[in-house]
Amino acid sequence: MSIRGKACIVGAYEHPTRKAEDKSTAQLHAEVALGALRDAGLTRADVDGYFCAGDAPGMGPLSMVDYIGLDRLRHVDSTDVGGSSYLLHVAHAAEAIALGKCNIALITLAGRPRSEGVATGTAPRSGSPAQPDVQFEYPYGAAVANMYAMCAKRHMHEFGTTSEQLAWIKVAASHHAQHNEHAMLRKVVTVDEVVNSPLVADPLHRLDCCVISDGGGALVVARPEIARRLKRPVVTVRGAGEAVKHQMGGQLDLTYTGARFSGARAFEEAGVRPADIKYASIYDSFTITVLLQLEDLGFCEKGQGGRFVQDGNLISGTGKLPFNTDGGGLCNNHPANRGGITKVIEAVRQLRGEAHPAVQVKNCDLALAHGTGGSLGTRHGSATLVLERE
Amino acid sequence: MSEQLQKRVPPSPTPDPSTRGFWAAAREGKLLIGRNTKTGKTHYPPRPICPFDDEGTVEYVPASGAGTIYTYSVMRAKIPYVIAYVELAEGPRIMTNIVDCDIEALQVGQAVRLTFVPSEGDGQPIPMFTPA
Repeated sequence: MSIRGKACIVGAYEHPTRKAEDKSTAQLHAEVALGALRDAGLTRADVDGYFCAGDAPGMGPLSMVDYIGLDRLRHVDSTDVGGSSYLLHVAHAAEAIALGKCNIALITLAGRPRSEGVATGTAPRSGSPAQPDVQFEYPYGAAVANMYAMCAKRHMHEFGTTSEQLAWIKVAASHHAQHNEHAMLRKVVTVDEVVNSPLVADPLHRLDCCVISDGGGALVVARPEIARRLKRPVVTVRGAGEAVKHQMGGQLDLTYTGARFSGARAFEEAGVRPADIKYASIYDSFTITVLLQLEDLGFCEKGQGGRFVQDGNLISGTGKLPFNTDGGGLCNNHPANRGGITKVIEAVRQLRGEAHPAVQVKNCDLALAHGTGGSLGTRHGSATLVLERE
Repeated sequence: MSEQLQKRVPPSPTPDPSTRGFWAAAREGKLLIGRNTKTGKTHYPPRPICPFDDEGTVEYVPASGAGTIYTYSVMRAKIPYVIAYVELAEGPRIMTNIVDCDIEALQVGQAVRLTFVPSEGDGQPIPMFTPA
């Protein structure tokens, strides 16, 4: 059984805030929920499936269901695979819809790490002592930034990738962000500016990192018959894949990611190839995150990512593969330290023809959204969606 | 060239019932890895259930302490430190720190050897590596 064509994304909403000092996390969840339902032309009374992940306060979905006021649910799912959760939720919602377990599913994400002053990338986190890996990682100062930095270092060693090539990814994101009035970083940057920004964790510089922002987003996924009755352009889920990659008992290889598996599964289900994709939302916690995933998704050969991204190849209107046209996590928004939902939202904008005119891809009828959650340097979830405009 | 002047004191680990032996061995200067008695395959971090094979049992054996740097990163914190994955001579690639080194002169592939650094609190030794 396949989910191909079994569900559509009918509502998408990104919260405009980047610093929510006067709002609670639960309030942000409720605001994005209503925003996405409004976008779809639906109300809370229509929702019979709800999806959230670890950013949602409370036990799994329970507190959010109560707070938002959802009382007709017959399906819930709080699978947490970090930033990739919300792409996986779209796939799981499509599965539930295909099986008749729900008709209209709501997915929310929200958080306020910026207001809470979280040193997201640089502070080692002690985690729970019951988490079996913590005692073998926390004493060493494992933090998000240095885990991804080790991936970059190994890629440079094996394939000759350079800091300048990684910088091109930030440059492309900044070219897009200049057109996004909500983006945190709207200034167009150069390769020199990226490689001359201070080192955070060698070889990653400050400008190789994503922003730390408050905010959130929500999606509404519905049965195709319902989608066609609504007034918005119909965006169909054509294929999906998920994977988990980890240290493999010490046989780890940091030169590839779970995208190798989730991407292949999504392309197979969709019956398309990377060359068919007109627009790609690629998870961009760091520049190296993008480079590794582009290779693993098959947009270029393993080891060729540096050459693929350089010279503006990811810039809409200039390059062969327009990516993250909202500015991505690198420049726009990384709400709750989890960029998965914004990846889907911008792909939906592109497929509807509602991206900013300066970055809108012409005849964008097939898009990919890909997310990673957790850490590429240790263990991570990976989720890929192929979406198409009907 | 710049030497690591100030030494970072690592936080102490919280052993669980399955790792008390590992941390006790560290106090005796040993780095234990897991080995499947049937297949001989080694793994890390060591755990009572082999991550590779359903057959065989796991015994904990000391690593030789020789290895090479698989990858590393210099964390530009107030007290800079080097986090790394070191490939042990026995095979597993393990997360660790490289200490007592010139942090600007490290190389992927460089030979390193096991050392121990006392952590906060009771000084539980933490297995780390230093240039060989």
